Amino acid sequence: MAERAAGRPVPGRPFSVRRIPGFAGIAAVSFVLLYAPIVTLVVYSFNAGDSIALWEGLSLRWFAAAWANEQVQEATVRSLVVAASASAIATAVSTMAALGTTRTAPFPGSMAIYALINQPLMVPEIVTAVALLIVFAMIKISTGYSGLGYLIAAHAAFCVPFAYLPIRARLEGMDLSYEVAAADLYATPWQTFRRITLPLLSPGIVAGAMLAFVISLDDVVITEFVKSAGQDTLPTYMLGQLRRAVTPEVNAISTALLAVTVVLLSAFFVLNRQRR
Amino acid sequence: MAGPAAPALAPARTGETAARAARIRRNWLLATPALVLLLLAASGPLLVVVVYSVLEPGEYSGVVWELSGEGWFRVLFHRDIFDDTLSLADAHLTIFWRSASISLLTTAITLVLGFPTAYFIATRPPTQRMLWLFLVTIPFWTNLLIRTFAIMEVIRNEGILNSWAMKLGLIQAPIQILYTDTAVLIGMVYVYLPLMVLPLYAAMERLDFRLVEAAYDLYASRWRVLTRVIVPLVRPGIVAGSILVFIPSLGAYVTPRVLGGGKNMMISNLIELQFGEGRNWPLGAALSMTLLAFVMVALLVYVRNMSKVERRG
Repeated sequence: MAERAAGRPVPGRPFSVRRIPGFAGIAAVSFVLLYAPIVTLVVYSFNAGDSIALWEGLSLRWFAAAWANEQVQEATVRSLVVAASASAIATAVSTMAALGTTRTAPFPGSMAIYALINQPLMVPEIVTAVALLIVFAMIKISTGYSGLGYLIAAHAAFCVPFAYLPIRARLEGMDLSYEVAAADLYATPWQTFRRITLPLLSPGIVAGAMLAFVISLDDVVITEFVKSAGQDTLPTYMLGQLRRAVTPEVNAISTALLAVTVVLLSAFFVLNRQRR
Repeated sequence: MAGPAAPALAPARTGETAARAARIRRNWLLATPALVLLLLAASGPLLVVVVYSVLEPGEYSGVVWELSGEGWFRVLFHRDIFDDTLSLADAHLTIFWRSASISLLTTAITLVLGFPTAYFIATRPPTQRMLWLFLVTIPFWTNLLIRTFAIMEVIRNEGILNSWAMKLGLIQAPIQILYTDTAVLIGMVYVYLPLMVLPLYAAMERLDFRLVEAAYDLYASRWRVLTRVIVPLVRPGIVAGSILVFIPSLGAYVTPRVLGGGKNMMISNLIELQFGEGRNWPLGAALSMTLLAFVMVALLVYVRNMSKVERRG
């Protein structure tokens, strides 16, 4: 590194080409901005008092209140059912799509498939939400079905790119020679897939499924437009609570959701790291 | 491709063509379930929105199946219900202007905060970088609604920002921030900051510091090194981050709804209004397509920027 000071040297500090004065300070501001609100929210979810501003001591009272609230229970179960079903569907179809679109020369239509898979990432959520509102309203009228199927289909669709990308990345980095060896040893294509490809691919599939699950669990906009009456998920329930007085109960639910996200995300990072 | 091979072809060639056709068929078959799902619950419905935008609004909701340009017309113009006089739809123009200005300001502020942050992370020792990056990723993956709640509690009248400022004697009475445009802007900056930092970091991680060192050796000042060496080298990251923040800002729904308190609407909230109390689905559909068009233009800029990067290698 350059020992010689260029420009105006800072007395008492060795010159570093990488350091730009003030940048560390702005970075500190950014990190405080990113974390102060979340930390405040988490801390106040443990507040013993009724207020979300006045600290009255540590308590799990609002977690208990949220836990006992029937609406919250129903919304939680619904969120989990939708997220589990949607991420399972999205992961299954994405795995197949990834097998069909990677490790192959570009073929007629491959760009179109790729564009369609990534489409949910590009269209604003509100536009998709409105489109689904219109189409599902038509289907509801003609079939009379108004169950959770609509929410699951909508969630599965926008989860596809999130499930697809890690699976595709894993496939692209995979060593072809194992599969060739299996084929040389007279394994049928199905046996090769079942015994070689799928086990090697599984970290990608797990990562894709987890991302899809988190994305589905977090969705507000599309759910808000697609849900029928009485089909609140946890996020839309929380959005609805805003019209009334906000109690620390919402903080408690947020903290619980936050914990789920952090755990899944850490697992995702660990999975990714083991791969390298 | 899959048609019968001409008999004149050499046998080996025929086999090759057949194998290629079989492979293409296999690839399409594998992709089919995903494509069906997406066509049913993502892309297909968008086409229905296009159709709805040129229909007559129904009396209470929905549409009457008659062609009409009224939906698109009303995006910009207002027709008086009594004497049919035309005027520009001021309310809509105000909302478009708010959406555009808040999105641009959000992009600018996240860039000013995000650039030094990404630079800071990229200049940490390699072992620490993953940790700092993880710290940016956690808020990125945290539910948008939760983050909006969090910032709401900070800026509300009884929130910590106002109460601390009062304790310190900076202000006498709480400042009303919540339910103003400023609140929406603060919320958007907070919510989209990680989207700016991540692509900037990706560009800065590859920054060749030998070039920076060379510039210092040639007696460049810190400012010149920053503006003439670092910024041009990470320009693709700056463009990527800016577009990635601008696009969701333009279509933001939750943040303006929660922090704007219903009256400080952005385009998304206006669209929702047409499908709810406004009872004008064609107008809502036309507004949705307008928003989509703006987003597509921004995406085009992004794609061109990215392909330029790839060509440079």
